[in-house]
Amino acid sequence: MRIFLSFCLAVLATGCATAPASTPRDPFEGFNRSVYQFNEKLDQAVIKPVAQTYQQITPQPVRTGVKNFFGNLSDVWSTVNNALQLKPAQTAESFMRVLINSTVGIYGVLDIATELKLERHTEDFGQTLGYWGVPSGPYVVLPLLGPSTVRDTASFSVDSKGNLARRLEHVPTRNSLLATSMVDKRARYLSAGDRLEELALDKYIFVRDVFLQKRLSEVWDGDPPQAPENQDADPQ
Amino acid sequence: MAIRRKRRKIKMQTPNKSWSNHMTAWIHGFQNSLLRLLVCGVCLVAGWAHAADEAPDAFIKRLSTEMLDLVKTDPALKNGDVQRINNMVDARVMPHLNFQRMTAAAVGPGWRQATPEQKARLQEEFKLLLVRTYSGALTQIKEHTIAVKPLRTAEGDTEVLVRTEIRGGAEPIQLDYRLEKAPGQGAGWKIYNLNVMGVWLVDTYRSQFAQEINAKGVDGLIVSLAERNKSNARK
Repeated sequence: MRIFLSFCLAVLATGCATAPASTPRDPFEGFNRSVYQFNEKLDQAVIKPVAQTYQQITPQPVRTGVKNFFGNLSDVWSTVNNALQLKPAQTAESFMRVLINSTVGIYGVLDIATELKLERHTEDFGQTLGYWGVPSGPYVVLPLLGPSTVRDTASFSVDSKGNLARRLEHVPTRNSLLATSMVDKRARYLSAGDRLEELALDKYIFVRDVFLQKRLSEVWDGDPPQAPENQDADPQ
Repeated sequence: MAIRRKRRKIKMQTPNKSWSNHMTAWIHGFQNSLLRLLVCGVCLVAGWAHAADEAPDAFIKRLSTEMLDLVKTDPALKNGDVQRINNMVDARVMPHLNFQRMTAAAVGPGWRQATPEQKARLQEEFKLLLVRTYSGALTQIKEHTIAVKPLRTAEGDTEVLVRTEIRGGAEPIQLDYRLEKAPGQGAGWKIYNLNVMGVWLVDTYRSQFAQEINAKGVDGLIVSLAERNKSNARK
């Protein structure tokens, strides 16, 4: 924790001196860019190579099983958040997914629910807050965790309580589960990450704008009220 | 129209949109569509005989099914052959886009300062960048189908949102289109924005393009885009 704090301070000290904020959604741009650079370097040095190795040494069925296992854990938390957002149909469907996948699907390794046409409705606590009208606040890039907002950062502690893997008493098991989940996630974005390089003029801005749009869309279940239709005439 | 102009004004004054603004905008939008409903009711009675145009959702359904079938049956497209895809896009996709509007929206206020030559160059480079982007996605297409969601707009609207889902994977992929009525009777619809999984394509480039223009002008943006396309082509 102390290392983390001093890291934050160091980044703050260097970050605030540089680039001024250009958009009101991102007043901490200088700070964020520094953390973004740090995450990129960490990714290049450690996380990406590990994910690549993971992808090379494990057969596809194993990776699918791992993905399904963590997907099932997230469905548990989604069920709670769908209920908190008073969405009966989604709550029921998510609950059925967990029930079926945890039993017939052997602890979630097999995703039987998808075969049965039960759709996944991913919801976390940040989305629940957003649903009840809490604004997202400015954009924030977190060390290790990447793009976020002030609201989602604040709800992170609740979300991590809802993550069953984090609640395990046995520390080595817990840590290896969390590490596996991270590697699994990164391995799935390997090709997308390479593509990002080709798409963007400024990768930081690209990631930020995509993240903020996507997050807003998630809070509104794919249908945000003010779709940017008339922005042609909107000088920024 | 008056309502719409007012809505733009609100957005200009407070670029940092709060949720109450979202709500106000939504209410304005609702009033707007009520108004349109009224207007179109009149049009409907007046122009009953002229309703020969294809409906926007039917158009999207037809176009996307065509594209899926084309990719499924053509191995070169499926393998992500950029040259081949570029030709296909020119022949089959571009006629259905208002690409000038898309580029103008991505470039933002700088578009008005650009000369006709600069505008043409911007469109060309932007198109290349997008083709490169989406050529990778074609390799992922397997037994996917398109489901078009029910339209929520009134008949007579000249700009509509068509929402679709690509089904066949574990989770459906959201794919929405904004369409405008092409001028002239029976001219059909043109796409001017595309939403993939909650992200509007044109809007994704706005800040980046604005930054380039602010720093280096319109020519600077053209050079940056051309460089990116060149380095992509080398890979």
